[in-house]
Amino acid sequence: MKLDTLADAVGEWLRGTGPESDIVMSSRVRLARNVAQYPFVSRMSDQDRGEVERFLRERISSSSVGKELDYIDVGRLEEIDRQFLVERQLISREHAEAQGARGVAIDGLEQVSLMINEEDHLRIQCMHSGLDLRGAWEQIRGVDDQIGSAVPYAYHPKWGYLTACPTNVGTGIRVSVMLHLPALVITRQIDKVFRSLHKISLAVRGLYGEGSQAMGDFYQISNQTTLGKSEEELVEQVGDVVPVLIDYERRAREFLVRETQQNVHDQVSRAYGILRTAQTITAEETMQLLSRVRMGVLLGLIGDVKIADINSLLIRTQPAHLQKLRGVELDTKDRNIERARYLRRHFEGGPSGSPN
Amino acid sequence: MKCQECDKQAVFHITELETGEVRELHLCEDHARTYLNQSESAEGDDDEKASGGGLTGPLTVGQTADELALLDKKACPMCGITFFEFRNQGRLGCPHDYVHFEKELEPLIANIHGAAQHTGRKPQRPQADEGSQLSEGSQLPEGTEELTTVIGLRRSMQEAIACEDYEQAREVRDGIRGIEDRWLPDAARDPGSPPAGPPTS
Ligand SMILES: [Zn+2]
Ligand SMILES: [Zn+2]
Repeated sequence: MKLDTLADAVGEWLRGTGPESDIVMSSRVRLARNVAQYPFVSRMSDQDRGEVERFLRERISSSSVGKELDYIDVGRLEEIDRQFLVERQLISREHAEAQGARGVAIDGLEQVSLMINEEDHLRIQCMHSGLDLRGAWEQIRGVDDQIGSAVPYAYHPKWGYLTACPTNVGTGIRVSVMLHLPALVITRQIDKVFRSLHKISLAVRGLYGEGSQAMGDFYQISNQTTLGKSEEELVEQVGDVVPVLIDYERRAREFLVRETQQNVHDQVSRAYGILRTAQTITAEETMQLLSRVRMGVLLGLIGDVKIADINSLLIRTQPAHLQKLRGVELDTKDRNIERARYLRRHFEGGPSGSPN
Repeated sequence: MKCQECDKQAVFHITELETGEVRELHLCEDHARTYLNQSESAEGDDDEKASGGGLTGPLTVGQTADELALLDKKACPMCGITFFEFRNQGRLGCPHDYVHFEKELEPLIANIHGAAQHTGRKPQRPQADEGSQLSEGSQLPEGTEELTTVIGLRRSMQEAIACEDYEQAREVRDGIRGIEDRWLPDAARDPGSPPAGPPTS
C-alpha cells in the first residue's frame, strides 16, 4: 500500500457520513487478543517478537478477510509515516513509538485495522463513520471469528481472553464513539456530563495532538470494564448513552442560537476569519478553530463552507499529513507557516474550492 | 530507591491503573499506609472512584511488608515474571500469570471490573485439516493452558542447550512439537524440520 495515496482520502473517521454525523464523528470497536504460546509483548525476546509478528501476519493473510487487507511493516516505516497512520487513527501512538517487529493490516476503506505487537499481540479495530456501533461490532465479530479459527487466542474459561493488562481481560473489547461537543464546552456543561458518565463506568478522553493538550471539542466516550458483561451488553452500554449526549449537545446548540445569537455568531466568525488570514498557525489552534467553524456551519451561521471540507481540513492540517501533501519534511515553525498557507489557499478557492 | 514522600527506603511499589493510565508510586511503609488508608476511605464514599479501580487497594489489605516481599518474589514458571515486576509495570508477562497469580489477581480484577467471571464470547478453536492426525475424539479444551506451557518448555530447552545437554533439549523439543501439533494442526514449520511425529513419551 502506498501511504501517499491515502493522503488524498479523508479516512473513515472524518468521512462525515453516517447517522447523527453532525455530532458523532465515528464509532469504533477494538478487541485485544494474544497468541497462547508466547509471552505477552512486554516480556517477549526479540526472537519471540519476530516470530509472533510472522505467525500473525501469515495467518491473517491466509484468512479470507486477510485477502482484502494490505500489510504495512510499521517497524520499517519512517517516523513521519508512522505519525501519518496515527493521525488517521489506524495505529495507536504507542504502536508508532514502540520498538522492534510490528505491523498493521488495513483494508482499503480504512475501516478495519489489525495491529500486531501493540500492547497485546493483536489489536483488531473496526471504525465506522457516524453513529454505527452495531455495524462496527458485527463487522469486527466476523473478522475476529476468521482470525480466531486460525490463531489459538489465549483464553481461560473464568477470565476470558487473556490480556497483558488486567484492565482489558475478559472480552478484551473497547467500544467507543468520537463526539463533537462544542456547544457543551461553550456552555460549560461538559464537566458535568463527564462526571455523570464516570458514574456509569464510562471513560471520557479528549483528542490529543502533538502535545498532550486536548484539541478542539472532540471527545471519545468508551467502556471502562471488560469482564463480567457480554460484548453485546458492553456495546449497548456505550450505545445507550450516545442519544442522551446528542440530545444535550443539540439543546446546548439551540440555547446558544436562541440566547446568545450575537455572541456565538461573533465567535464562529472570528474563528473563520483567523483560519482565512493567519500567516502561521499551530495544529492545536487550527483544530480548535475548525471545531468552532464546524459548529457555525451546522447552525447555519456560516453559509459558504461544507462540513465535508471542514472534516478534510481537520486531517490534512495535522503535521504528518501536511508534510506528505507538501512532499517535504518541515520543522515545527515551517509547518505552522505551511499550515496557514494551506488554509488560506483552501478558503480563497471559494465555496467548493479544492486545496490542491 | 527512596520514598517519594520522604528520605526513607521505599518498600512499597504501587501501580495504580486508572482509565488505562498507569501511575507509579514508590513509598516507605508509613507513607504507603497513609496512602492506602486514604484511597480506601475515598473509595468508600466516592462512587466516581469505583470505576477507576486501584491495582493495589485490596492487595495490601492485611498484608505486612514481609508478606508482600515474599509475594513479590513469587515468579511465574512459564515466563519468569515476578509479582514485583508486574506491580511495577502494570503489565503481565504471559497468559499463565492469570493462573499462577490467580489468588493475588482475583481481588484486583474484581475491583477493576466489578466481576470475576467472563460471560462473553468463546474462541473458535483452530480447525484441524481433513486427514490430520487430530482424531474426532480428541477435542481441544476451551482454555489454552496446555499450549501456554510451550513458553516454559522453550525456556528449559534453551537451558538444556546452554548446558550442552542435547539429549534433554531434543526431548523437550519433541514435547513442544507434540503440543503444537495438537493446537496448530496446519502450522507453518521451518522448511528444514522433519515432519512432526507423535509426542515422545
Ligand atoms: Zn516516606
Ligand atoms: Zn508468566
